[in-house]
Amino acid sequence: MVIEQEKMRSLASRLGQEEVRGRSPWTDARKRFVRNRAAMTGFVILVLVALFAIFGNGLAVWSNEDLDFEVMGQVATLGQPSLANGHYFGTDDLGRDLFARTVQATQVSLTVGVVGAAIAVIVGTLYGATAGYVGGRTDQLMMRIVDILMSIPYMFVLILLLVMFGRSITMLFLGIGLISWLDMSRIVRGQTLSLKNREFIEAARAIGVPSWRIILRHIVPNLLGVVAVYATLLVPLMILTESFISFLGLGVQEPLTSWGALISEGAGTMNYGTLWQLAFPLFFFCITLFGFFFVGDGLRDALDPRDR
Amino acid sequence: MFAYVLRRMAVAIPTLLLLIVLSFVLMHLAPGGPFTQERELPAQVLANLNAKYGLDQPLWRQIWNYLYGIVAHFDFGPSFVYPDRTVNQLIAEGFPVTLTYGALSFLFAVVVGVALGVVAAIRQNSFLDYLAVGISIGAQVLPNFVMAPILVLVFTLWCGLLPGGGWSFSDPRFWVMPVIALGTSYMASIARITRSSMLEVLGSNHIRTARAKGMPEHRVVIRHALKPALLPVISYLGPVFVSMITGSVVIDIYFSTGGIGKAFVDSALNRDYAVMMGVTILIGALTILFNLVVDILYAWIDPRIRY
Amino acid sequence: MTKLFATTALAAWLAMPAFGAQPAEGETLADRQEVRYWILDAIKSLDPQLTTTRTDSDMIRQLFEGLMNEDATGAMIPGMAESHEVRDDGLTYVFHLRDAAWSNGDPVTAGDFVYAWQRAANPETASEYAWFIELMNIANASAVVKGDLPPSELGVKAVDDRTLEVRLSKPTPYFVKTLSHATTYPVPRKVIEAEGDAWTRPGKMVGNGAYVLDGHDLGVEAVAVRNDRYWDADNTIIETVRFITVNDQNIALTRYLAGELDWFDSLPAGQYPRLKEQYPDQAVTVPWSCSYAYLFNLSDKGPEALKDVRVRQALAYAVDRDIIVDKVLQGGQTPAYYWTHWATEGFEAPQIEMAGWTRTERMENARTLLAEAGHGPENPLNLTIQYNTSEDHKKLAVAVQQFWKAIGVNATLANYEWKVHTDRLQNQDFEVARYAWCADYNEASTYLDYFRTDGYNNGKWSNAEFDTLLSQASTARNPAALYEQAEQILIGDMALVPVYHYAKAQMFRPDLKGIPTRNVMSTWYAKDMYRIAE
Repeated sequence: MVIEQEKMRSLASRLGQEEVRGRSPWTDARKRFVRNRAAMTGFVILVLVALFAIFGNGLAVWSNEDLDFEVMGQVATLGQPSLANGHYFGTDDLGRDLFARTVQATQVSLTVGVVGAAIAVIVGTLYGATAGYVGGRTDQLMMRIVDILMSIPYMFVLILLLVMFGRSITMLFLGIGLISWLDMSRIVRGQTLSLKNREFIEAARAIGVPSWRIILRHIVPNLLGVVAVYATLLVPLMILTESFISFLGLGVQEPLTSWGALISEGAGTMNYGTLWQLAFPLFFFCITLFGFFFVGDGLRDALDPRDR
Repeated sequence: MFAYVLRRMAVAIPTLLLLIVLSFVLMHLAPGGPFTQERELPAQVLANLNAKYGLDQPLWRQIWNYLYGIVAHFDFGPSFVYPDRTVNQLIAEGFPVTLTYGALSFLFAVVVGVALGVVAAIRQNSFLDYLAVGISIGAQVLPNFVMAPILVLVFTLWCGLLPGGGWSFSDPRFWVMPVIALGTSYMASIARITRSSMLEVLGSNHIRTARAKGMPEHRVVIRHALKPALLPVISYLGPVFVSMITGSVVIDIYFSTGGIGKAFVDSALNRDYAVMMGVTILIGALTILFNLVVDILYAWIDPRIRY
Repeated sequence: MTKLFATTALAAWLAMPAFGAQPAEGETLADRQEVRYWILDAIKSLDPQLTTTRTDSDMIRQLFEGLMNEDATGAMIPGMAESHEVRDDGLTYVFHLRDAAWSNGDPVTAGDFVYAWQRAANPETASEYAWFIELMNIANASAVVKGDLPPSELGVKAVDDRTLEVRLSKPTPYFVKTLSHATTYPVPRKVIEAEGDAWTRPGKMVGNGAYVLDGHDLGVEAVAVRNDRYWDADNTIIETVRFITVNDQNIALTRYLAGELDWFDSLPAGQYPRLKEQYPDQAVTVPWSCSYAYLFNLSDKGPEALKDVRVRQALAYAVDRDIIVDKVLQGGQTPAYYWTHWATEGFEAPQIEMAGWTRTERMENARTLLAEAGHGPENPLNLTIQYNTSEDHKKLAVAVQQFWKAIGVNATLANYEWKVHTDRLQNQDFEVARYAWCADYNEASTYLDYFRTDGYNNGKWSNAEFDTLLSQASTARNPAALYEQAEQILIGDMALVPVYHYAKAQMFRPDLKGIPTRNVMSTWYAKDMYRIAE
């Protein structure tokens, strides 16, 4: 699963042109987005998942770390999803409530996804805008560095990082976020190059606005559409990456958990008559990924309609 | 074009150097070394081990020796954990396996993905289209570490059709599950991309013109639409390749294929420095090479692009 | 070809008791004599002196043979040594070797043993198991390992080709029990000198065991086939032994159930009862000499609170071992209230007070002690439990965290991968850490030596009386009482939280006979096995 760079470039160049015509693309886009059924479904799903993450604990009868000694040891028979004993999603092998664990996993996975995507987008945008705006040798050098970094097998470096420095949620954020800013920086740079010589930028420069201010106040806002779409599409990638890291046993520390950790635990035991341990986390994982895809695609199509 | 390739090659060298230095330093910063074990070693034994593998030298010296060994003799050093094998041998054993199932998965993903995408686009909104879209959406989000054990359950335990793991170059039955587990999600992504770009191309002016001239539909699709529709697919191939290599870790773990994915994770966990470096360099070099090939392919298909 | 084995087996039994596989009367051998054994990870080294892992040793034991072997109950029986005698009040052992050959036809000589043992001790070999030669108390072992004396000074010499003389630095009751360990196996000098590190590759390797290495596909499988030159080859029935790597325990179980493995000796936690019910003739659990515990860091770097014995006692009482054993592991493990594995030979289990208490009593005592030590809601005890990456360790750590929460202790879990875990243990960078010890030989000192002041002792517990008892025990004719006293001191001062004694919950095919189910060391020889026709 990878973001289509083609479409991102097309979107970026379209958003660049809009500025010339002096008309915000956002009003039209919102109408188009609302009319897109898949995108709206995705949006509703995401809202529901977010509500689940925020308010789910209020519904939980058990905490995410308490062991239910009644159930423990006979999870396959007594640990099934049940309304009666409060384990709505059943329990894990230790008799911990899977509902509470799923709520908590949702919080972690969403946070990792959003924060990771945010880091990637912020770093990528600032880096690309700086390179494009400053231009010349600096630009050359900065983009060569991106070329070099592009060729590094990141997942391997991330595994190294986590193995070497122990797992921590900060390391995950950083590691996952720093993987994905490169493509972003290229798109942003290209866009900045074409924005740079517009009248409003020249005007700003003429009255002596410092470069960093021009970048932040005039260039970046014009890239907001690309950033928004890119960020939306990055979140599911971050969640997938995290799940792989968890599968390797390098994810967050117990008793915290994540979708990836729950799914990989559930996948291990799926033939032992405790299928719910896989089914519930996998369900949330899948619908959330769909949600982000649909919303991301919908946003992009709304901002960059094919029939232009 | 040639100059472009040369320039890209020139970037490859600093990239690899950076990669080597980065992983080398990371490795040595990590707590625990290759000889850290439950029963602490006598000082003399440890000193001899360190001397044997050159770990008693200063770090810059070790990097230098390592690079020298590679450049002068193409020697990636001995494994610290498998004493009867050198890194070259380990890679020579594991890499062909990874390459075989990797290439097959790649082929599977591209061929089936493109076919599915094209069919879905031509028969837009038919049952076939919905089926293809449904499959591709589902397959895209199912992690391969869930798919792999399901495959083993179904094909090995319940149907008894395929061996549940292991590897043989001569027996294709060993290849089936690794290829499905590794290739499916990329197949799905490729199908999705092909479908949407095909739809776009089919709606474009030059296709309308071709149709208006009375050209048969299959010719329109194959001769005129397919090539431009594949552009986004091609730019997607580079990243696919990289993430397939990552995915090989899962394949090696579940199917005991003995590829380099597991070798890498093990070497990191065991602090088998030399193996880890060897695999990292190999993957780095392959990534660079593959990205280059994709770019050339892209230029070849899209005549607008000039390097 | 199915042969009826009754008569030949009887003849073999009369000729050499207790060697080789012996089908019972009326059993018909199957055509396919193959064992497919599961291993979790790739085999790292098949060099007897360089190996460090259990898995490797299991394979090496098929390819090489030491002076002694173990029988199905773990008792020592002659291997390469036909007989031995003890002289000088236990300081000298003389071994008489049998007429045996390497797989290349060369005779196995006493010199091969001398070479192998010197090689293990020689710091230039840099064997990570050099400590084993020291453990055996061979004269000058420590000096040789440290490099102070040349390897030729090691107390082992070949009197002639068939006589090996070993001098010990002190009488060592368990000495003979160490002789079935891989580190002590002879190795062929000529081959090693000709081939270097690569001598353990298939085709190059020469061994003196019942099997020879036929193939080794790293991370996939290693195959050994019957060695016709083995001295007891006539009684070896299994033709092929395959060590099949499956990196995932659950997949391994699936593959066992699909018939791709014959012997799967480590069932996932919690699965044994279900499998026992479904496959009563295949699922078995066997005590295995390892103990699981949580170590306290009592060194200067450790938390101040743990230096109070009442706190340690409270923590030890609060761990509900019955729940861990009966509800989490469920594989025949036993609750541990002391350190040495209960099934260790010659060990008499000490009477530990807390073992007799009910759960309520334990919890009450724990709370009282903790309160006496000054910890309560306003001054809660905060600890970190460190464990190494594994599904089972994780489950236990989570459970223990909850047990401790019940007496008001806040424990945080810290998971590290094995190398970091070990590194932190050795540098005393931990508070409470998961630990397990597996017996090197079947005697209590292998466990208790760990806690000697100069033992590995990662928690740095130290007790002079304990040390004295152990040094007395090392030369005592009947040390059982001393070991028992040592355990009382260890547990009295609660140097650790013993959690459970291991058992191997396993499955093997009903037609596969000869798997030792009474050897707590879980040492096995494929040459003792056979498959019957169903």
